[in-house]
Amino acid sequence: MSAANDQPIGYFGSYGGRFVPETLMAPIAELARAYDKLSGKRKFRKRLQSLLRDYAGRPTPLYFAERLSRELGGARIYLKREDLLHTGAHKINNAIGQALLAQSMGKERVIAETGAGQHGVATATAAALLDLSCTVYMGEEDMRRQRLNVERMRLLGAEVVGVDAGSRTLKDAINEALRDWVTNVRTTHYVLGSVLGPDPYPRMVRDFHRVIGDEARRQLRRQAGRWWPDLAIACVGGGSNSIGLFTAFLDNERVRMIGVEAGGSGEELGEHAARFRGGSVGVLHGTRTLVLQDTNGQIAGTHSVSAGLDYPAVGPEHVVLAEEGRVEYTSATDAEAIDAFHRLAATEGILPALESAHAIAEAINRAPGLTAKEIVLINLSGRGDKDVESVLAYDRETGDRGSGAGRQTVPRVGREFE
Amino acid sequence: MSEIGPVFERCREEKRAAFIPYLTGGDPDLETSGRLLEALAAGGADLIEIGVPFSDPIADGPVNQRAAARALAAGTSLSAVLDLVARYRDKLGVPMVLFTYFNPILAAGVERFAERAEASGVDGVLCVDLPPEEAASELIPALRARDIDSVFLLAPTSDRRRIQAVARASTGFVYYVSRTGVTGAREELPKPLLKEAKRMRRRLSQPLAVGFGISTPEQVRSVARVADGVVVGSALVRIVEEHASEPGLAERLEAQVRELADALR
Ligand SMILES: Cc1ncc(COP(=O)(O)O)c(C=O)c1O
Repeated sequence: MSAANDQPIGYFGSYGGRFVPETLMAPIAELARAYDKLSGKRKFRKRLQSLLRDYAGRPTPLYFAERLSRELGGARIYLKREDLLHTGAHKINNAIGQALLAQSMGKERVIAETGAGQHGVATATAAALLDLSCTVYMGEEDMRRQRLNVERMRLLGAEVVGVDAGSRTLKDAINEALRDWVTNVRTTHYVLGSVLGPDPYPRMVRDFHRVIGDEARRQLRRQAGRWWPDLAIACVGGGSNSIGLFTAFLDNERVRMIGVEAGGSGEELGEHAARFRGGSVGVLHGTRTLVLQDTNGQIAGTHSVSAGLDYPAVGPEHVVLAEEGRVEYTSATDAEAIDAFHRLAATEGILPALESAHAIAEAINRAPGLTAKEIVLINLSGRGDKDVESVLAYDRETGDRGSGAGRQTVPRVGREFE
Repeated sequence: MSEIGPVFERCREEKRAAFIPYLTGGDPDLETSGRLLEALAAGGADLIEIGVPFSDPIADGPVNQRAAARALAAGTSLSAVLDLVARYRDKLGVPMVLFTYFNPILAAGVERFAERAEASGVDGVLCVDLPPEEAASELIPALRARDIDSVFLLAPTSDRRRIQAVARASTGFVYYVSRTGVTGAREELPKPLLKEAKRMRRRLSQPLAVGFGISTPEQVRSVARVADGVVVGSALVRIVEEHASEPGLAERLEAQVRELADALR
């Protein structure tokens, strides 16, 4: 299919596409061509692999969480330790890949949005490494709650621009990054940080992260004696770390998979970021996907204790995986995630990112129902240093260490238009 | 065919470009917005672009972002903007083009939206984040079946292939975005604009309107040398913002529109 036939490009089923202003259409086509060409080149793959190994620290360990497994009294739990990567989260896999691509396209500047700050730090890092100038957009609410990462980005030489619009979180940062890109597209590459946005981003970002699942598969074989887990669990913000884990196992029907969204503080629109529970089909930030919105098509506010999951849309490929029944999507509340954070700290000596803590929370619920023969593989997408202040504040406010509120399903919002 | 074509024909006969003011529907509120549409018509608008406020307007600069926020805070929706068109389109006798993001249309349902747009008398629809490729399956057929024009954009980055795609899909006119960037008034026109607009115009059979960042009578006059229509948006929206609560708002807006429209006469 090509633009010449006026045919849409970059779909997963009926989700995805390229919904951007005309100014970006030709540059996006050029980006897709450059990516397709470069990703097939041995030289590029070698360069990327060697940076991921020698600079970023791949392969990351696969760790058998023995105490946690024993305490939960069910399945054997393995953690894929993306938290041990340079800069502290999986985001660096994609940031280095895209920065190399930007360099080969002759761009001298990169921009990024960031929620938790991890993608911003990763992009600032890759930009320093490859001598690109770097601007990162971040909602002011996120700058407040992820202050450590703001300082890290600045120390790495990036300009951090606070966004004081809307809910002052990830969605608003993407709006502002897109406005910058529309203005400076000739000199600037936009390093989008998840499997969101117009084609080619959802498939390109997935490709850069699929190393997570590919490695885990080989490591399971070596450490647990088989190529697959019974259950794979990852948190879903835009959906990059989860698709990075899942892709290696999609064609193995023995593997059940669960993506965990932010259940936030309640069931009402605005209190969570559970797109699979409260979302409906919409177009946001260049892609057709599930979106939290009101009946007039205005995008809803979201809430999560975790900045990296606090976003009203989800990567389009996930919507197809849900429709096919291949992946199940659930959510963990703020309280459950905080509980899981403490639990992992106490049993394994690991402070997980609050995003990743949502995946841990799901495993805490599921593992006891499984047998010791079964393997649960969790993507530990990032480390929790950035969240120490948020966790302490949450504990102070709730007067304890959170209490896991139950999970419920509510029907999708209906539509009215009169 | 809608009434947009005849407007450009009439202007051509008068040997001038069409003047196309933009305002965000429902800014600062629906009632005032109606009076401002009257002011646009009285000031000499040939065609009116009316914006549908959206929560996440990625193609807009700060002035139009704030206008959208005011309109939404006042309870404006796509449906309310269509009501506004229904009330004023025929009364004013000036064709109206909806300037919108795609999501409100998708939420309404493309067919349902097209029905309502037809019933309201909308002449054309321009979706800033919906290129022809994505509009081909649903929106274009739904509009065409009702004689509503589907207007698409071109930009300085558009290559030959894109110009072809837009030339095939666009009816009524083609909107050329004067610069890479978001909406908002600028001190100066971009240097390559006149040459670029000429290049685009040669490849199109439809009229070409130019917008984004045009704010003064001088700029309007110089753009008119290479365009069939000139759009002024943020400069007018700013007047609404600065004088929203003053009794003379509509008169002030009308005077400004007249000055800009007269630059073409
Ligand atoms: C550690 C960590 N995990 C997960 C996420 C969520 O993003 P995604 O769903 O794209 O993996 C983020 C985003 O900031 C993050 O920092």
